[in-house]
Amino acid sequence: MERVMQTETKIRAESGIESGPRGPGCSLRNFACEQNLLSRPDGSASFLQGDTSVLAGVYGPAEVKVSKEIFNKATLEVTLRPKIGLPGVAEKSRERLIRNTCEAVVLGALHPRTSITVVLQVVSDAGSLLACCLNAACMALVDAGVPMRALFCGVTCALDSDGTLLLDPTAKQEKEARAVLTFALDSVERKLLMSTTKGLYSDAELQQCLAAAQAASQHVFRFYRESLQRRYSKS
Amino acid sequence: MAEAAALVAESLAGYRARAARAVLEQVVLPGEELLLPGQEDGEGPGSAGERPLRLNAGARSGGRVVCGPGLRRCGDRLLVTKCGRLRHKEPGSGNGGGVYWVDSQQKRYVPVKGDHVIGIVTAKSGDIFKVDVGGSEPASLSYLSFEGATKRNRPNVQVGDLIYGQFVVANKDMEPEMVCIDSCGRANGMGVIGQDGLLFKVTLGLIRRLLAPDCEILQEVGKLYPLEIVFGMNGRIWVKAKTIQQTLILANILEACEHMTADQRKQIFSRLAES
Repeated sequence: MERVMQTETKIRAESGIESGPRGPGCSLRNFACEQNLLSRPDGSASFLQGDTSVLAGVYGPAEVKVSKEIFNKATLEVTLRPKIGLPGVAEKSRERLIRNTCEAVVLGALHPRTSITVVLQVVSDAGSLLACCLNAACMALVDAGVPMRALFCGVTCALDSDGTLLLDPTAKQEKEARAVLTFALDSVERKLLMSTTKGLYSDAELQQCLAAAQAASQHVFRFYRESLQRRYSKS
Repeated sequence: MAEAAALVAESLAGYRARAARAVLEQVVLPGEELLLPGQEDGEGPGSAGERPLRLNAGARSGGRVVCGPGLRRCGDRLLVTKCGRLRHKEPGSGNGGGVYWVDSQQKRYVPVKGDHVIGIVTAKSGDIFKVDVGGSEPASLSYLSFEGATKRNRPNVQVGDLIYGQFVVANKDMEPEMVCIDSCGRANGMGVIGQDGLLFKVTLGLIRRLLAPDCEILQEVGKLYPLEIVFGMNGRIWVKAKTIQQTLILANILEACEHMTADQRKQIFSRLAES
């Protein structure tokens, strides 16, 4: 299930003055997604963005320990395992970001005193890892049939030293960039659910990156729709 | 460039609700809003506040619509919460607007009142049995909920037995409770499932397909070997045939039915009937 999105318009954004063609520069890499590939979890999905690949599994709504149960909503737990080594502090902070995004979207009030667990395994990391994790988590939650009020997707932007905005950067582009921004957007009104940024950027650049991410999320949601339609057309 | 501008316009315009009738039998995604019949005219960005007042504001053309699994009411619209195909069933007696629901593929069972399920007894504590039904907590089954059970005449249920029963209490706030008698006090097929046989798990969608009226798969399976079969709405099937080999063959066929097309199934059945 592959979708090629390769319109290569880059947005130039000098401080204060916008020049050049204004519009969504959609330089997202190839997407691929596969659902229901693991037999044990209630839902699973594998999401590929270029060479970055993440496998997600969802268990739930399942039993929860009495110490962790919440009386009026589901307890959401996210575990992110890196490709090599033990999970460290960086994984913990990414888990928290993904958990906050999922909690905003999953209707936990329908399953109080249960637990919904999302387990993410990094298969290969070639840039935009957090965005790929968010996409895989969303597809896995849909596959498991967890009730959600919207879909969500992750988009990464990188700003390099002369202000060029790159969407879905590779590992090399991320390392050379002056700022890397990751946004999680919801599918109903493209609202911002979560943002995490690293580096130096101005206020205007933040708004431009957000606008570019919202335009790019269009493509991601269209890809979600096509791959889910393909899945249900077989039955 | 024109395409780029159109994309921007589409992305900034937000999402517009569609009429439920127009989306029937199509795949819907979580987050979509559906309009019920009777609200489709006069909907648009500029019409809020300008709708003409009607004298009989209560009577809508469709009557009362029931919102089934996968849908939630949000204002006067339906919000889709699960991904799947939107289905509609017309009301039989003419009252009401019918039922809308989303047919989704799921593995995890959530207890629903009135469902018949197969459970495994995991514990016996005093007067109740704890039964694992595949949900988030074990259901409780009182020893008096069997046909002909009294305080002196206790049913013969051990830990590890299979039970076929129905839920009398199943909501998100309480522990699920099940019984093995119907409202008249008769067993009606429920109770402890006998010795031998094989219990296996399939997806919930396959169970619903197999339990639909006029299911071809069941008729074909019935012609193959004489068998006993019990379907639980929690995705569990118990099957028993004369020999162990036949039981395993039946179990494999039912598990594989999920992914096979009708032609492949007919091929396999004809091959088995020959041998």
